[in-house]
Amino acid sequence: MKSLQDLERIRLKAQERMRVREGEGATKIAVGMGTCGIAAGARDVMAAILDEVAKRKLADVTVTQTGCVGLCEYEPLVDVILPGQQKVTYARVDADKARQIVARHVVNRQIIGDWVLARS
Amino acid sequence: MEELALYILDLVQNSIEAGADRVCVFLDQCAADGKIVIEVRDNGRGMDEAARAAAFDPFYTTRTTRRLGLGLALLRAAAEATRGWVELESQVGAGTRVKAVFDASHIDCPPLGDVPTTLAVILAANPDLELCYRHRFGDREFSFTSSELRARLGEVALNDPTVFQCLRELFAESLDNLHGGVNP
Repeated sequence: MKSLQDLERIRLKAQERMRVREGEGATKIAVGMGTCGIAAGARDVMAAILDEVAKRKLADVTVTQTGCVGLCEYEPLVDVILPGQQKVTYARVDADKARQIVARHVVNRQIIGDWVLARS
Repeated sequence: MEELALYILDLVQNSIEAGADRVCVFLDQCAADGKIVIEVRDNGRGMDEAARAAAFDPFYTTRTTRRLGLGLALLRAAAEATRGWVELESQVGAGTRVKAVFDASHIDCPPLGDVPTTLAVILAANPDLELCYRHRFGDREFSFTSSELRARLGEVALNDPTVFQCLRELFAESLDNLHGGVNP
């Protein structure tokens, strides 16, 4: 049974994680959450990314949202920005692809070319 | 949208786009008349008369990235398909209130969907938002505010992935309890 006390336990663990962070800078993952993104499945994509980042205990990964960028037909869109690298935008991501993006791109640093819409 | 929960997410995103930092979400599942009422109130910039009049027009939008608005038009179409309706109250500078009424017994009513994930995603995507949530099911109620969650978390942000996992489970169990262990 979960309760609000669990949040305090998490607080302690998170503080520990923050202490062991290295100075490389943060990786940013952004999910498109306009109406078009939401209708295409962005909520479950964001949930899968957060879950995968938590499971793998990745420090220094920030998961955020963006609005509609006008590429509605390619939603859900996911941007990955590794420290010091170009932004990579993945198109038509689902929960399963989202987990693979975390594993292959964020952890193993290998861009999944077949799913990339743009690099900038 | 395939779930009512996704309309909630979309409405909150509208509030954020309108510059709101305080959003209240009320979800009433009334057992007696089978109505589901979704209400979202924000302190965003609000709409003037012209914007209010055009808000349900799918071809009206303030955004520049796409030439369609869609959100409220979809919501109204979904509500009306169940013989329900949508109310919009908005004043410039005073925020916006959107209330959507669905008839849950109507065959075209979408399922409530994954409310716990929706709430956890709203908090993770908007870690600084003041969110209050109240969910009524018959005479029972579940509610929380993001400030009480933040008070427990201290300097750990609401977009921490472990916090997301914990909150999603917490909300899921709370809503199961609210529904008496039954998934409606």
